[in-house]
Amino acid sequence: MIGEVLIKVENLSKSFGSIKALDGVDAEIRKGDVAVIIGPSGSGKSTFLRCLNLLEVPTGGKIFFEGTDITDPRVDINKHRQKMGMVFQQFKLFPHMTVLDNMILSPIKVLKQPREQAVRKAVELLERVGLADRMNAYPSQLSGGQKQRIAIVRALCMEPDVMLFDEPTSALDPEMVGEVLDVMRKLAGSGMTMVVVTHEMGFAREVGTRIIFMDEGKIVEEKSPSELFSNPSSDRLKAFLAKVL
Amino acid sequence: MAEWINDFRVKFINNFITDNRWKYLLNGLGITLEVTFFSALIGIFIGFIIAIIRSTHDKTGKMKLPDALCKLYVTVIRGTPVVVQLLIIYFVVFASVNVNKVIAAIIAFGINSGAYVAEIVRSGIMSIDTGQMEAGRSLGLNFFQTMYYIILPQAFKNVLPALANEFIVLLKETSISGYIALQDLAKGGDIIRGRTYDAFMPLIAVALIYLFMVVLLSKGVEIMERRLRSSDR
Ligand SMILES: Nc1ncnc2c1ncn2[C@@H]1O[C@H](COP(=O)(O)OP(=O)(O)O)[C@@H](O)[C@H]1O
Ligand SMILES: [Mg+2]
Repeated sequence: MIGEVLIKVENLSKSFGSIKALDGVDAEIRKGDVAVIIGPSGSGKSTFLRCLNLLEVPTGGKIFFEGTDITDPRVDINKHRQKMGMVFQQFKLFPHMTVLDNMILSPIKVLKQPREQAVRKAVELLERVGLADRMNAYPSQLSGGQKQRIAIVRALCMEPDVMLFDEPTSALDPEMVGEVLDVMRKLAGSGMTMVVVTHEMGFAREVGTRIIFMDEGKIVEEKSPSELFSNPSSDRLKAFLAKVL
Repeated sequence: MAEWINDFRVKFINNFITDNRWKYLLNGLGITLEVTFFSALIGIFIGFIIAIIRSTHDKTGKMKLPDALCKLYVTVIRGTPVVVQLLIIYFVVFASVNVNKVIAAIIAFGINSGAYVAEIVRSGIMSIDTGQMEAGRSLGLNFFQTMYYIILPQAFKNVLPALANEFIVLLKETSISGYIALQDLAKGGDIIRGRTYDAFMPLIAVALIYLFMVVLLSKGVEIMERRLRSSDR
């Protein structure tokens, strides 16, 4: 079920020196959306995602998250980041901590949960992704696919309202892509709002509620998966699809 | 040969036993260790704060003024001899107050060591992937929580051997404490030399004590390095 607007982006722009990574982007993410962002490398997909939780500070425009303009400097961004989980291409687990400690750190330090409660939640999530037996392992003892699944449940421990994924399977060996996509598919099935940058067109078509095609810092097309794949209107999207499909 | 041994025995007694002269060395050693230990603590404290300020500035461009001040401090401390710093602290900064020489030395060496620790820790922080900060922040941790729980433990582990070596250097450097008439280990040996007019025995004894401590500490660093490497899974 697609519900109320969770994130509203207005005329967002971001420049790195003379490079315009984002050039006037408008977008809306609704509750229950699985918005899949596709586009050629360097088109601004990562920058867009990273702006949503202010890992990049936008040069212009507004981002409303649950009604609050988070680009307002007076806003406490840490509060809003708690509600936005982020999963990176490079996993970014904390190598000096066990899997469990990776997961319970911010529930304890940020949400001030008692340790037992945080552990209970973490173990429950680990069981759901089949990694409960790796709880006391260190990240370097895990495979890439395992690391990424841990990164996903680490973010879920904060019980976010939306999950942002930046090419979560691009750094994985091909045989591990499936296990991570499975977790994401289940997550989408549970009703989680997701914004996913990916090159996995199968996943986009199957799980996405909307596909956003970006090129040169702009959103060029935005459609339902069936429409976009069967009926691309712009030449740039046609050229892109011809390359990736 | 027997004559040489006898000669040695007489000199040994004269330098160390007579008038309990060994106490100059023992008390001196106590002072040396005390000054080294507490100035190392101050050095770590100052060093970490400066390292955090400077690497925050390097990575985010924030904290321009504090960064400039830290840079100035590091430049001045590393650009002037530590003995001059010690003299300035004791005879200029504390000129009008009657400060304990041990305290003056601890402050001087602490401030000195802080600059070196700062550079070591800063290099450790800079060696941690920026992604670690991003991961921490994206989980809702604030900047300082991320520093404290995620960046610093990893940075500290990376630079622990370098830090330990810095404190070994510090131990040796405190031997200039005699410049403010503080009776540390080196000064203790020198006092004996002044009493017995024998330079060889007290000074060699002092050298051997320093050497023993440095070798011992270096051995400790070596073991620590090996442990750290094997825990790098
Ligand atoms: N930190 C940065 N500094 C300078 N340029 C950047 C930075 N991040 C991204 N860019 C530039 O912004 C543009 C968009 O990058 P990005 O959002 O990473 O694209 P995508 O994720 O679609 O591949 C690219 O030209 C890239 O080189
Ligand atoms: Mg990218």
